[in-house]
Amino acid sequence: MSHFKKKRGNSTPKISTSSLPDIIFMLLFFFMVVTVMREGERKVQVTVPQATQLIKLEKKSLVNTVYIGKPIKKYQEIYGTQPRVQLDDKFAKNLDGDIALFLEKHKLKVNEQLHGAIITSIKADAGVTMGIVTDVKTALRKANQLKVNYSASPNTDRMNTGL
Amino acid sequence: MARKRESPEVNAGSMADIAFLLLIFFLVTTTIDADKGIMVQLPPWSDEPPDPTQLNERNVFSVLINANDDLLVRGEPADIDLLRDRAKEFILNPQGRPDLSEKPTKAIISLKNDRGTQYDLYIEVYNELKAAYDELWEEQSQKMYGTSYEDLPTDNKKAVRAVIPLVLSEAEPTDFGDE
Repeated sequence: MSHFKKKRGNSTPKISTSSLPDIIFMLLFFFMVVTVMREGERKVQVTVPQATQLIKLEKKSLVNTVYIGKPIKKYQEIYGTQPRVQLDDKFAKNLDGDIALFLEKHKLKVNEQLHGAIITSIKADAGVTMGIVTDVKTALRKANQLKVNYSASPNTDRMNTGL
Repeated sequence: MARKRESPEVNAGSMADIAFLLLIFFLVTTTIDADKGIMVQLPPWSDEPPDPTQLNERNVFSVLINANDDLLVRGEPADIDLLRDRAKEFILNPQGRPDLSEKPTKAIISLKNDRGTQYDLYIEVYNELKAAYDELWEEQSQKMYGTSYEDLPTDNKKAVRAVIPLVLSEAEPTDFGDE
């Protein structure tokens, strides 16, 4: 008893913070693993539509992305408010040619055996009309890039009941 | 004199700060949700107009979305909430009705839209049609193998898809609406 009393007489014990770095490191590693770096500058506003029958794009290196949406505020003076197509970090001017070039550029980075597995992800804003999407689809078909993924976010309030 | 000192401990107090800095950097750059979407196989491009083969009307399930975002199924206005079930019924035709497809392998779903159709509505409709097939595959897989379609090996998946092939043809869009 006297042993305990002695301690209580001292000032309040300090909480050990030596494990704090470990905790933080754990969080750090978690975020490092799940991080997907933002690639380049997004010049169009895109809010993808919602859907339920989604398939995850597994291999990032086999995916190229086409953005469709209204130019962001900064570019509206130059490019107007009509939906535009963004490839890499540029607006496409001549769709068929630019998309073919964009696909060829991406193919250079991919192993030749895997060219057939390349997927084009169309990230289009929910508010655009089908006209521009159809033009992109036609350009992709002309460039013989037939595997396409319409990017969408999971729909929470109408989940799939059948599966 | 100085040599007699014990080697000083490295102060680890700032380690947390450094880790915090890195943590915040990764927090900011993180986009957790991976890319997801509806997979579509586009038809190859050909300059020739499509073959005007006359299909038996009962085997075609035509879905039209016009520029006003109205949904027409087989020529009549329809409700999107019923689309999935109607498509499933059309493909399987469990009661052998004369106006639905002869058999699943002959069923064709034809989707047509306008250039003025809203993209999110198009995706919603496409999603419903895809869901109809996904649900049918799931049921078929339960019947054939007793397991979920997603757990099947590739060969068995192909076998299921051979019974109920996904035939979703998209016509050239019309050009009535404003873009």
